Amino acid sequence: MSGQPGSPRTVRVILPYHLRTLARVGAEVTLEVADPVTVRTVLDALEARYPMLCGTIRDHGTHQRRPFLRFFACEQDLSHDSPDAPLPETVAAGTEPLIILGAIAGGVA
Amino acid sequence: MSKVRVLVGTHKGAFILTSDGKRKQWEVNGPLFAGWEMYHLKGSPVDPDRLYASQTSGWFGQTIQRSDDGGATWTPVGNKFTYQGATGTHQWYDGTPHPWEFKRVWHLEPSLTDPDVVYAGVEDAALFRSADSGATWEELASLRCHETGPQWQPGAGGMGLHTIILDPSNPERMYIAISAAGAFRTDDGGKNWKPINKGLVSPIMPNPTAEVGHCVHHVAMHRSRPGVLFMQKHWDVMRSDNAGESWQEVSGNLPTDFGFAIDVHAHEPETVYVVPIKSDSEHFPLEGKLRVYRSRTGGNEWEPLTKGLPQEDCYVNVLRDAMSVDSLDECGVYFGTTGGQVYASSDAGDTWAPIVRDLPAVFSVEVQTLT
Repeated sequence: MSGQPGSPRTVRVILPYHLRTLARVGAEVTLEVADPVTVRTVLDALEARYPMLCGTIRDHGTHQRRPFLRFFACEQDLSHDSPDAPLPETVAAGTEPLIILGAIAGGVA
Repeated sequence: MSKVRVLVGTHKGAFILTSDGKRKQWEVNGPLFAGWEMYHLKGSPVDPDRLYASQTSGWFGQTIQRSDDGGATWTPVGNKFTYQGATGTHQWYDGTPHPWEFKRVWHLEPSLTDPDVVYAGVEDAALFRSADSGATWEELASLRCHETGPQWQPGAGGMGLHTIILDPSNPERMYIAISAAGAFRTDDGGKNWKPINKGLVSPIMPNPTAEVGHCVHHVAMHRSRPGVLFMQKHWDVMRSDNAGESWQEVSGNLPTDFGFAIDVHAHEPETVYVVPIKSDSEHFPLEGKLRVYRSRTGGNEWEPLTKGLPQEDCYVNVLRDAMSVDSLDECGVYFGTTGGQVYASSDAGDTWAPIVRDLPAVFSVEVQTLT
């Protein structure tokens, strides 16, 4: 069930390893996010709590997702959805986490 | 008792190597920022405990770290590098116009007088300055907006501003170098920039003596003679005795004059070091022999330094920011390789020994002499 617009929801976010070490947090953080809960509002809350993550998930200026990052939730890839699309209610309710992860990318080393 | 601290940036983290003034026993601390590409770390000359580090990743972009305790602890600071005004275009590899896009910080150069001031050379080529210990960054945009900017083109490794040299005798004068645009100088604190590439000859360019477009790999200066510059270009080792107004080739008897790194002895301004690399097609030492070459005559006459360095089956590279010197009485010379070795010489290059042998590929080596 959705909350009242503007009322805070408790959202769980799972960060990739390198962003956990940068922010000095564990695998999962919980954030108070004002309704509606979207990728944009979750990232706004995440960056407000952990300013060192600014620019690491989305561009400072355009807020475009960095190309090698993905947003998953409820076994769906939400990376290409609008950042203003409401996240699934289970994410907004804190039942399921929003997963931010680095895309699989092979490399030379 | 003097100490030496070597700041090593690698493909997968940073390492801090410390020793006393004898430079025989080393303590290795790291990896710091494990898994991240650490392009460059450098300490403030006025506050050696103030360190800046460029931490970058293809996934997560750019972060700048600052330490106020000599590298024991670090704090992420500002990472917002925004080009000022209209972004404009430079040439892409195929010659078409391409908009400037920030990718990463290649080099950090702390001020000679103020530990809170630091310059950042970035890809795509531009120069930024922070006056608040890295919290915020402002572009010195007149460099990128130079009238020749639309002609600049990336080298194979990207269009990075990799060299920043601050003139200790003139706070308004600064030198920078870009691959592959060339070298530039400002005499008014970054308001105006002048290409300083006369005398450079680059047959890989349509006009080999053009004002810009040269792939300058690195430039070095001795602080007692800030008007004398030494350059390792794509091919050719060059020297200027007039603050870059003109250059003369001093490759002399080098077996190959391709290379990346170049540095100057701490106490002998005519003693210069390079690491010759076979060619632009084969980025490894000639004949599998890792040799530093030293000139005690400011170029032209070079001697190979081989004692303690592998003289067979060695196919590493030494990148542009991966050589440095300390300022102890007997000058120490240091360099890192893409094979993960960091070599040190405590006798100005006569003999060498590895400090560490198996780090990730080394991007940068900077040395602090601590008293």
